[in-house]
Amino acid sequence: MPAPAIPETQAPNPGPFPVISDYGIIGDCRSAALVSKQGSLEWLCWPRFDSPPIFASLLDRDQGGFWKISPTGSCSVTREYLPNSNVLRTTFHTANGRVALIDLMTAGENSGLVPDHEVIRRLVCESGEIEIEVVFAPRESYGEKPASLRQVGKLGLRMPCACGVYWLRSNLPLQIDGSGSSASLRTSLKAGDELLFSLTYSENAPAVLPALGLLPARIAKCVKWWQDWAAQAQYDGDFRNEVLRSALTLKLLCFSVSGAIVAAPTTSLPERIGGNLNWDYRYCWLRDSALTTRALLELGYWEEATHFLDWMLHATRLTQPELRILYTVFGNPAQKERESQRLRGYKDSAPVRIGNAARDQLQLDVYGEVIDAAAQFAFRGGYLDREMQKVLVRFGNYVVKHWSLPDEGIWEPRDGRRNHTHSRLLCWTALDRLVRLCEQGKLKGINLEEYLKNCEAIQREITSRCWNQKLQSYVSELDGDQLDASLLLMCWYGFEKADSPRMRSSYQAIRRQLGTGEGLLYRYNSDAQEGTFAICSFWEAEYLALGGGTIKESESLIRSLLKYKNDLGLYGEEIDAKTGETLGNFPQAFTHVGLIGAALSLVQRQKGEQQLGHRAESAGEQEPHQMVA
Amino acid sequence: MNWLSWIFSGFIATLALSGMLSTSQGLGLTRMNVPYLLGTIVTHDRDRARLFGFFAHFLNGWAFSILYVLLFQDLCLVSWWFGLLIGLVHALFVLTVGMSLLPSLHPRMASERHGPTAVRQLEPPGFMALNYGYQTPISIFLAHAVFGAILGSLYHLR
Repeated sequence: MPAPAIPETQAPNPGPFPVISDYGIIGDCRSAALVSKQGSLEWLCWPRFDSPPIFASLLDRDQGGFWKISPTGSCSVTREYLPNSNVLRTTFHTANGRVALIDLMTAGENSGLVPDHEVIRRLVCESGEIEIEVVFAPRESYGEKPASLRQVGKLGLRMPCACGVYWLRSNLPLQIDGSGSSASLRTSLKAGDELLFSLTYSENAPAVLPALGLLPARIAKCVKWWQDWAAQAQYDGDFRNEVLRSALTLKLLCFSVSGAIVAAPTTSLPERIGGNLNWDYRYCWLRDSALTTRALLELGYWEEATHFLDWMLHATRLTQPELRILYTVFGNPAQKERESQRLRGYKDSAPVRIGNAARDQLQLDVYGEVIDAAAQFAFRGGYLDREMQKVLVRFGNYVVKHWSLPDEGIWEPRDGRRNHTHSRLLCWTALDRLVRLCEQGKLKGINLEEYLKNCEAIQREITSRCWNQKLQSYVSELDGDQLDASLLLMCWYGFEKADSPRMRSSYQAIRRQLGTGEGLLYRYNSDAQEGTFAICSFWEAEYLALGGGTIKESESLIRSLLKYKNDLGLYGEEIDAKTGETLGNFPQAFTHVGLIGAALSLVQRQKGEQQLGHRAESAGEQEPHQMVA
Repeated sequence: MNWLSWIFSGFIATLALSGMLSTSQGLGLTRMNVPYLLGTIVTHDRDRARLFGFFAHFLNGWAFSILYVLLFQDLCLVSWWFGLLIGLVHALFVLTVGMSLLPSLHPRMASERHGPTAVRQLEPPGFMALNYGYQTPISIFLAHAVFGAILGSLYHLR
């Protein structure tokens, strides 16, 4: 039986829901927090991305919990990340002066006594005199349990929970309310005054309680750590700021302990406001692996790419040779999907889902994604050791046996299995890459003849049954007549050249059927009234950069898509075609991967460099169609 | 005194004690990480602290078992239930006296009275180590009871 809710009249409330794009993200490469423009921290899961949140008012204003630090009166707000970092600075401009709030989760502190997990918030009054209100209202287990706060001498506020303990330290004491579930502070700051807060979480005892006097130096150290990381990026083309912001966001979503990358740090931000298209994205989707690996490798982040590849090949060991669609950051199956009994959802978009039922789906494309990621790594000089080779061969053998099965496919519909073109394309990719790795002496142990035979059979099926003569386009399913945006990836994987007549004509059909006037794309025709899918628009820009259009067309499309990022450079999963508002979980790793990919292909085209080193025409000697002959 | 029997029974009992405390943490009975707690007395490096602390606790447990053995010898009474009884008294001593003295003895532990400083940053255990989880006393009693029971079972007076 669920615990009694906190009566709404008593529960502190951070105010009306902001739009999704009003959130900024901070993180420590193990978990992340979302902070609204109003200085309210409204989402934080510790110790991992998929742990229950301590703050979740992102999904319920009354029951979710939040931690707000802001001026009491009206104000205007500007914000930015400190240059090339994930340290957020929000500036409140009021009639009486200006205060700046720095938010960060500590990262890069590997030596000495430092907290296991920590959010630092520092508010500095830069001019005038301003009244500030701080409300700290944490909750346990998706809002199901109110917190139990206790002031422990000069150590701070203590809040034990099921597996660990939270400590809030501040340079001015907060008053605990009568119920003991929240604490607050109201004070005036003059120019030069500051408020310092450190919220920590530990599952180990003794926990480390940081000295507040050290916080400014630790903030500077964290900023430098991010800047040093960003400085490694090898990208000097157009849209450098956007590419760097995307790389920094991707790094935030890397779980540094295992190398996994989660799709997004949130659950159940709706794809349709008021609707039920709400999913838990706090897991690692193998589907994202090929595009993500390419982005990391070409930006020069070999360490992250190698770590990610290791995770894919080794953390998935429990289910090999079968691959699940999504895993937790430690390679376990995602938890079974359930609906929260307490949280009402963002703007009443119920249900709030915890766990993801897609974990039980069959999606054959993931084999191609993982193998392609490994192939990119090897084609660019990475070494596949014997254990990696064995794993890849096991995946290849699985594809040989199962490629002709219907599956749920890339878009994960919950109404049954079909023969998806995209899944066939990725099964072809899997076998094609393994054959090429074998030909280049980077892989041993495959039955070359059998792989080639199946590769050709898949190719024949795609070129004959996935092509609709009447529509003059590739279609989503075998013998079908519907289109979807994933068909644009046929040239990305090297199955078709971007400027081939079939690809050009398919592109025209996709733009006609799925495009909007503003350069956005729906992923498929649907009655669900969801938004346009942000990464599909970047796939379109990349398709143009790969030869489907001109440099100018690609550049212009990317530029028009930049209108939809928020003021911090962040993208969600979808964009409302009418309002331009962000929809879905936020921020979304895959969308940022799409942006990086499009920018990389564009700059390579501008410079006349080789594009997409893993594709058939560049990795090997043969064109895919010649293989059939 | 039977030295050989002490070395053997003390080793096995300490192994069980360390294993039980570590398992209690893994199962969520307590957050207390004894190797980390002890190791941070000599270093602020977290990884080294765990390693040093593990050996320090192990050697300490092994050495401490000699007090049990001396009691067995003195009273000419050795059995699992007597060992268990001594273990419970030992646990009570650790929880009450040991834990209350810890903030004064540990160079990196903060106190409720003064709060954390640049050097003293570790959370103090509080009464009966309850700050480290409400079930911490249970795990300490259990681990020491098993420690004593094993010593009482394996030790031979001659």
